[in-house]
Amino acid sequence: MSVISAAVRDSSVIAHRNLLNVLRTPGALVTGVVQPVMFVLLLGFVFGGSLGGDQYRSFLIGGILAQTLTFNASFTAVYLAKDLQLGLIDRFRSLPMSRVAVILGRTTSDLYTSVISIAVTLLCGVAVGWRMNTGALEMLAALGVLLLFAFAVSWIGALIALTARSVEVAQSLGLVWLFPVTFVSGAFVSTASLPGPLRAIAEWNPVTSVATAVRELFGNTAPSGFIAPGGWPADNALLYAVACSIAIIAVFAPLAIAKYRRISKL
Amino acid sequence: MIRVEDVRKSYGAFTALDGLTLNAAEGTVLGLLGPNGSGKTTTVKLLTTLLTPDSGDAWVAGHSVRKDPESVRRNLGLSGQYAAVDEKLTAFENLHMVGRLYGMNRRNATARAHELLADFRLTEVAGKRAGAFSGGMRRRLDLAGAVVARPKVVVLDEPTTGLDPRGRLDTWDVVAGLVSGGTTVLLTTQYLEEADRLADHIAVINHGSVIAEGTPTALKNRAGSGRVDVTVRDAADLQGATSVLTEATGGLAIPEVDHAALRVSVAAPGGHSVLVRVLAELDARSLAVTEASLRRPTLDDVFLQLTGGNTQPENHISKEGVPA
Repeated sequence: MSVISAAVRDSSVIAHRNLLNVLRTPGALVTGVVQPVMFVLLLGFVFGGSLGGDQYRSFLIGGILAQTLTFNASFTAVYLAKDLQLGLIDRFRSLPMSRVAVILGRTTSDLYTSVISIAVTLLCGVAVGWRMNTGALEMLAALGVLLLFAFAVSWIGALIALTARSVEVAQSLGLVWLFPVTFVSGAFVSTASLPGPLRAIAEWNPVTSVATAVRELFGNTAPSGFIAPGGWPADNALLYAVACSIAIIAVFAPLAIAKYRRISKL
Repeated sequence: MIRVEDVRKSYGAFTALDGLTLNAAEGTVLGLLGPNGSGKTTTVKLLTTLLTPDSGDAWVAGHSVRKDPESVRRNLGLSGQYAAVDEKLTAFENLHMVGRLYGMNRRNATARAHELLADFRLTEVAGKRAGAFSGGMRRRLDLAGAVVARPKVVVLDEPTTGLDPRGRLDTWDVVAGLVSGGTTVLLTTQYLEEADRLADHIAVINHGSVIAEGTPTALKNRAGSGRVDVTVRDAADLQGATSVLTEATGGLAIPEVDHAALRVSVAAPGGHSVLVRVLAELDARSLAVTEASLRRPTLDDVFLQLTGGNTQPENHISKEGVPA
């Protein structure tokens, strides 16, 4: 059996196990479900009134999707850290199984959580007046971009778990970076309204391009008061979002796998 | 079947394994006995390829852990100190998952899981989640997981630590069953009773190297054919009792003194005649005794002598002092 088919098979076994774990842990999905709802309501109605009302709430959904999926990286961090603390990981490491399966299985199974988060966000969006103005093909493309990005940031979460080595540390480390990364972006506002250096960071932030790409695919436009953002990433949002996701995987997956090979409990 | 040759492993300034050498023949149980921090778990990690030795090498079923860790993993099952079961999965799902990870297809993994559930008396709880299991059941499930692929060698790292007496007896039954099936077992334990009961051969390790080895009987013989224990009522009489014991054995053996328990113990090759002499002498000197007995030596005696785990300074316990 080739190395790759063994990795795929073992990873799917681990992913299946992770899925059963999530389904059998009451409350495991609360964050993934409650958070997008909370942000849609908070931003949509607290800020929405000043920022463009119904038009802003439509615009907001793409941003909430990008933000929620980025936050799901913290699931990967926490659950992988939990696995690493169990005796189970020693069993896995003593088995003749693929060395990437434990992490690849984790990042893959966390996509289920992301699918649920996307569904909840869109339903919530429909409830507050968001509509999709394009077709099924665009919907599929948007889902593809979102899941690819979710898979990519999940590898960052995996590296955090492998570096932290304890659930508590993974929990806090896994969360802190998410706030600046999701807020210094065009997820909720126009990057053009930000001051100099922040504006540059926000323009090149992958979260911005994912939000923008999804809005374009859904046919959601910015509220009339928003200054249209400029720059290459804004003009090529879809391409840049996909390229960033691939780049993140290319950097963080090998780092996480190398780290996993090295760690030993003693 | 298991061979460890002059393995060294250090973590910074701490030497975990210091020239460890071990051998276990096919179908036997090698008991690795030692206090906490003596290198037992490091040895387990070495054999299960979880760490690479600084120098030396180890072979499992003829495969070197250095050169061919993949083959080592194929021939070895591990049951670690913490039961490696997924609490959210049922007993069946746990075993099925391990079977799949050994490369079995779904049908074979299912068949093997059912077979093991029957072998390990878990069929009735096959559909229950492991999280609801007692310590003993969890341990049985873990052991079943270690033998899914019918490995030639099974490594059991302190299999009964933290179990209640019933769980311990249960686990011993299972291990005995494994061995009768021809599996070679390396068992680490802090419990002498466990090593005595399960192991064909015992290696006592301390500070990362073997300080004594042999069959349980041979090791017990090192502690003499019998032992006389005397417990005094007052600490002041401890000294007197010690000299009585020394004289009673003709100065051949040096008694061990347990200051906390007010007890003196000595190897007594002469058996009951030593006890008679001791009692007469204690009486003659008017030493108040609360307990005096003649008993067969236990592995505890060997262990305490070898690891210096009693109140006697280590250099008092010389091989010459203990009649073979």
